[in-house]
Amino acid sequence: MRVPLSWLGEFVDLAPGTTPEDVHAALVSVGLEEEDIHRFEVSGPIVVGEVLEFVGEAQTNGKTINWCQVRVAPGDDVAADGGPAIHGIICGAHNFAVGDKVVVTLPGASLPGPFPIKARKTYGHVSDGMIASARELGLGEEHDGILLLKNLGIDAPVGTDAIALLGLDDSAVEINVTPDRGYAFSIRGVAREYSHATGVPFRDPALALTVVAPVTRFPVTIDDRAPIRERTGATVFVTRVVRGVDPTRPTPAWMIARLGLVGIRSISLVVDVTNYVMFELGQPLHGYDLDRLVGGIIVRRATAGEKFTTLDAVTRTLNVEDLLITDESGPIGLAGVMGGANTEISSGTVNVLVEAANFDPVSIARSARRHKLPSEASKRFERGVDPHVAAVAAARVVQLLVDLAGGVADDLGSVYDKAPAPQPILLPTGFVSGLIGLNYAGDEVRDALVQIGTSLVEVDGDLQVTPPSWRPDLTDKWTLAEEVARIVGYDRIPSVLPVAPPGRGLTRAQTLRRTVAQTLAATGHTEVLTYPFVSEQANNLFGVAVATAGAVSAGAVSAGAADAGVSVADAGAASAVPVAVPVAVPQMKVANALDGEAPFLRTSMLPGLLQIAHRNRSRGLVDVAIYEQGLVFRPEVGVTYGTAVLPAGAARPSAEAEAALNAGIVPQPLLVGVVLVGNDVRHQPGLPAVAAGWQSALAAVQQVALATGARIAVRQGVHPAMHPGRTAELFVAVPGAATASAGTVSVGFAGELLPAVADDYDLPAVVAVAEINLGLVFAQADGDLTVTPIRTMPAATQDVSLVVSASVAAAALRAAVAEGAGDLLESIELVDDYRGAGVEPGQKSLTLALRFRGTERTLTAAEASAARLAGVAVAAERFGAALRE
Amino acid sequence: MSVPSVPPEPITPSDPPAADPAATDAVASAPAEPLISEAAVNAAVDAALAAIAAAETTAALKLVRSEHAGESSPVSKLNALMRSVPGNQKATAGKLVGQARGAVTKALTAREDEIGTAEAAARLLAETVDVTAAASVWKPGARHPISLLTERAADVFVAMGWEIAEGPELESEWFNFDGLNFDEDHPARAMQDTFFVEPTDAHLVLRTQTSPVQLRALLSRELPVYVVAPGRVFRTDELDATHTPVFHQIEGIAIDKGLTMAHLRGTLDHFVQALFGPEAKVRLRPNYFPFTEPSAELDVWHPTFKDGPRWIEWGGCGMVHANVLRSAGIDPEVYSGFAFGVGVERAVMFRNDVKDMHDMVEGDIRFSQQYGMTV
Repeated sequence: MRVPLSWLGEFVDLAPGTTPEDVHAALVSVGLEEEDIHRFEVSGPIVVGEVLEFVGEAQTNGKTINWCQVRVAPGDDVAADGGPAIHGIICGAHNFAVGDKVVVTLPGASLPGPFPIKARKTYGHVSDGMIASARELGLGEEHDGILLLKNLGIDAPVGTDAIALLGLDDSAVEINVTPDRGYAFSIRGVAREYSHATGVPFRDPALALTVVAPVTRFPVTIDDRAPIRERTGATVFVTRVVRGVDPTRPTPAWMIARLGLVGIRSISLVVDVTNYVMFELGQPLHGYDLDRLVGGIIVRRATAGEKFTTLDAVTRTLNVEDLLITDESGPIGLAGVMGGANTEISSGTVNVLVEAANFDPVSIARSARRHKLPSEASKRFERGVDPHVAAVAAARVVQLLVDLAGGVADDLGSVYDKAPAPQPILLPTGFVSGLIGLNYAGDEVRDALVQIGTSLVEVDGDLQVTPPSWRPDLTDKWTLAEEVARIVGYDRIPSVLPVAPPGRGLTRAQTLRRTVAQTLAATGHTEVLTYPFVSEQANNLFGVAVATAGAVSAGAVSAGAADAGVSVADAGAASAVPVAVPVAVPQMKVANALDGEAPFLRTSMLPGLLQIAHRNRSRGLVDVAIYEQGLVFRPEVGVTYGTAVLPAGAARPSAEAEAALNAGIVPQPLLVGVVLVGNDVRHQPGLPAVAAGWQSALAAVQQVALATGARIAVRQGVHPAMHPGRTAELFVAVPGAATASAGTVSVGFAGELLPAVADDYDLPAVVAVAEINLGLVFAQADGDLTVTPIRTMPAATQDVSLVVSASVAAAALRAAVAEGAGDLLESIELVDDYRGAGVEPGQKSLTLALRFRGTERTLTAAEASAARLAGVAVAAERFGAALRE
Repeated sequence: MSVPSVPPEPITPSDPPAADPAATDAVASAPAEPLISEAAVNAAVDAALAAIAAAETTAALKLVRSEHAGESSPVSKLNALMRSVPGNQKATAGKLVGQARGAVTKALTAREDEIGTAEAAARLLAETVDVTAAASVWKPGARHPISLLTERAADVFVAMGWEIAEGPELESEWFNFDGLNFDEDHPARAMQDTFFVEPTDAHLVLRTQTSPVQLRALLSRELPVYVVAPGRVFRTDELDATHTPVFHQIEGIAIDKGLTMAHLRGTLDHFVQALFGPEAKVRLRPNYFPFTEPSAELDVWHPTFKDGPRWIEWGGCGMVHANVLRSAGIDPEVYSGFAFGVGVERAVMFRNDVKDMHDMVEGDIRFSQQYGMTV
């Protein structure tokens, strides 16, 4: 809402020198937030001039320009720019005659743009200023010719300051009006708030007018047979008639200026007047050409498929909920939204029917939204219009049409008023102080309530408060408490820190989530936050729940923190691994996505991270290691999500309804995704570069395992976006699982992307990725650790090299040796993987470093060797492992 | 390069007691020529001490040790003669030889220490590196400031006994709107710029605020409730310098008996001072939100804000609307409470002078790496 200061000053006294900033500061204190300041960006000297003579001069470009002599100061006076009283000015317009009064911008003036005016040489003359059009002055769109003062109904002496004459010295404050305060969409309402903020008296324009009831009834019928939510479409419908309007009368300059400042273009006097009164009083109004109406007015709902051409010349198909203004010929207006072309005020209109109605906010809001026709009128109706101001507004329009357009007020009209009276609210004594936490003194509560226009009755010591007609938002004692707090001032509210009952701190999952984030960052990964919007193809490629091969036996579950919680399997054997094919995965689509390329909600963290990796690479950042923790959206096959019916608000849903709401929520697990590209370690003095690869991805997984205390096992995996030979599927052990197959849960993948997929993201061939379902990991993380006692006897260390088939997973071999070696084994590490001379093709030699230790005494070499050989025996039995000498 | 050097100790041939002139006189005046003469002993000792002093390296000293203290050294040979020394000379000769051996051993040990010290110093000098050229085996990692500031903010409340509540991002409209007193036709509902998912008649939306988490907390927890709900929220704003369709909020809600707007102000005062510093101030301005009544805009002031001390609009707050309490089955005549919500991106912007939202959402690693592990 924009409020011209001159207009505001009609209803409250503004102290001399009050600036727009002052007004903003006052209004913000009562909750009308500042948005902007609007001014006509014109500065002097701009004066009234009279065309004394002009000569048309044909130009080589085919145009004719006029060389004009314009008087800009009386007699021999010095003009406002210090120049002579008569200026020679070039003018390209032809809509004027000798003797016309015009607006002359003299050298030194400035017009909106900014467009500084200087004497300049053009068309063989020195043009000593410019004759302005309405548009050049910022007074609307008119630019077909120069502005002639007679067309504005103005005559003023030559040399008069045109800025003040045309109201261009005014300015407007723009404020944000919250949805509960429809009344502030009027100068009247804002002036009232200004009065609340500053204490200056408010002169209500609605009380300044004498409303004369019509004598002859214009037939109006409200026939709403399908009220929306049991509310009749129109509760007030006032009509008044003005006859003999002179269609040639111009809109006065001050009205054009004010309408311009509030953002409304001048159209014609009758339309301008209805707009003007709407801004002044907040009542949307519509003017009909009375002579084009057929019979009386009926307000009704549209019929299915009914058509109506609005005054923007668009023919619209109506909905049965649309409220229509009709006459005997059919629809003449879409109530509260837009009038019809058939009864529109035109340049020939002399008899005007003015409509001032009060329509149901819901009905208007739905129609405006349905037809995408938000308007100044619908904006006000949606938020609630003072039902008592309709008759006043109609009278104000009549008054202005009589005063400005030469019309005559007719006694024909109608007053339909079924507006419900505001309901009184019981405000218990002490309620406001108790809610706000401030002991309001004496009559502060009463005074504030009276100030905003309520009427008070004392009932048994409490107050019965009846809100004013313009405050439909005051519905209960809480809304009254806000009014009191607001009027007295929020700055008076004291500061008291409440004491909460003892809390339990972060949940385990919340703590682990932070630890994972800190650990990944501490180990060289940079956290990013991506948008969760992706393409369907990306979800199909990455959002998999692939049925795992299951061929590789389990048993790779690692032991203890000394092994960093993750066992790394050999990735070299790619021979028999099947390549996964992307399938359509269930996913959710955003109905109104911003990016048409990515309307789906992510089922994986990786597509977003890959885009970010590419963006970094494209900016010359070669080594990129990034991660993100976030929710993904994973609907399950065959499940219908959401609920067709929503429970009502303001009451707790039934247990069934609440359960249905919760059952309708798509599963949204917490994942962490990691992407690495380039080098893990860059080339430096004394240090060769280490390229990021599948091991980097598994190292990140290891960090997550460390951070969470989870034991993440690794198996050769299959994933449609990933390298068939360099993909690990990740598992966590389920404590206390009854069967081996139920003993682990797949929690994600780590490895390298398929080179072709990397290429699709414009990334180099080797891209390491990992994705872990943290929700599952957290659920299985051991929160109840039993510590193994530390053995302090001397250790016995022995290495063992075993030759096995290249297809045997190192982790499985390691587990076999560990199992056989028994309790004396304290640590077992893979230290070498050798293939080549001395080892048969298809075989490999894995070297394990074993550390044995006794509990009570130093082990003998023989004891350690026996344990080692026991381990070898199990490996030999299980994998045909042979000792390599 | 300046490596402090250890000043070598002055090498002074030790004076064995045998060199005492008095003792020499006593031996010289003996009537018979002794088997082990003082002169012979002195000569052997002098030769040994000279050789020890001349040795410059550990290896050289090892040779000297062999020559002058080994099996076949002159001193050892004199020692071997002791068996043949007559009884009356044994005491004197024994003393002479013992003192000689002691002097040689002592000199060797001293010289060994000297050379060892000098050689260690030289070795350390040779190991000098350019400490400014250290290679890094760790690549730099970093947290995102949005996450870090969210955690810091949440910790302020956890320290007061509040708990952290969480909820889904794809949410039922009931939790996002209806239960929060957004009437289905309320203009506020249209102004939310909501992302809907298909089919829209299933009434699922990307939550436009973290408030649905508050409602979930009220439905699932025992009263009183003091929780904060940090999280990601969504509105259909195109990305520009100050807007992003995906952003982060921290909301708080407290429901108890007797809570007032003064408690709201007290909580906010404490919060901004804990987060921004003791000079931070809070200003409340009347505003409108469907889920609070009375409602207020929350402005915050701090002297160190970029572009100077000033009031910055940071969020909304108010007393929880009676209808929200009713939606959770709570009697508004018995319980009251307050809620507030602030934008994390906005706080990072005014706190660290981040001028463009693009930097926060584009994932350029240079942005987060300015923060490292703290905000």
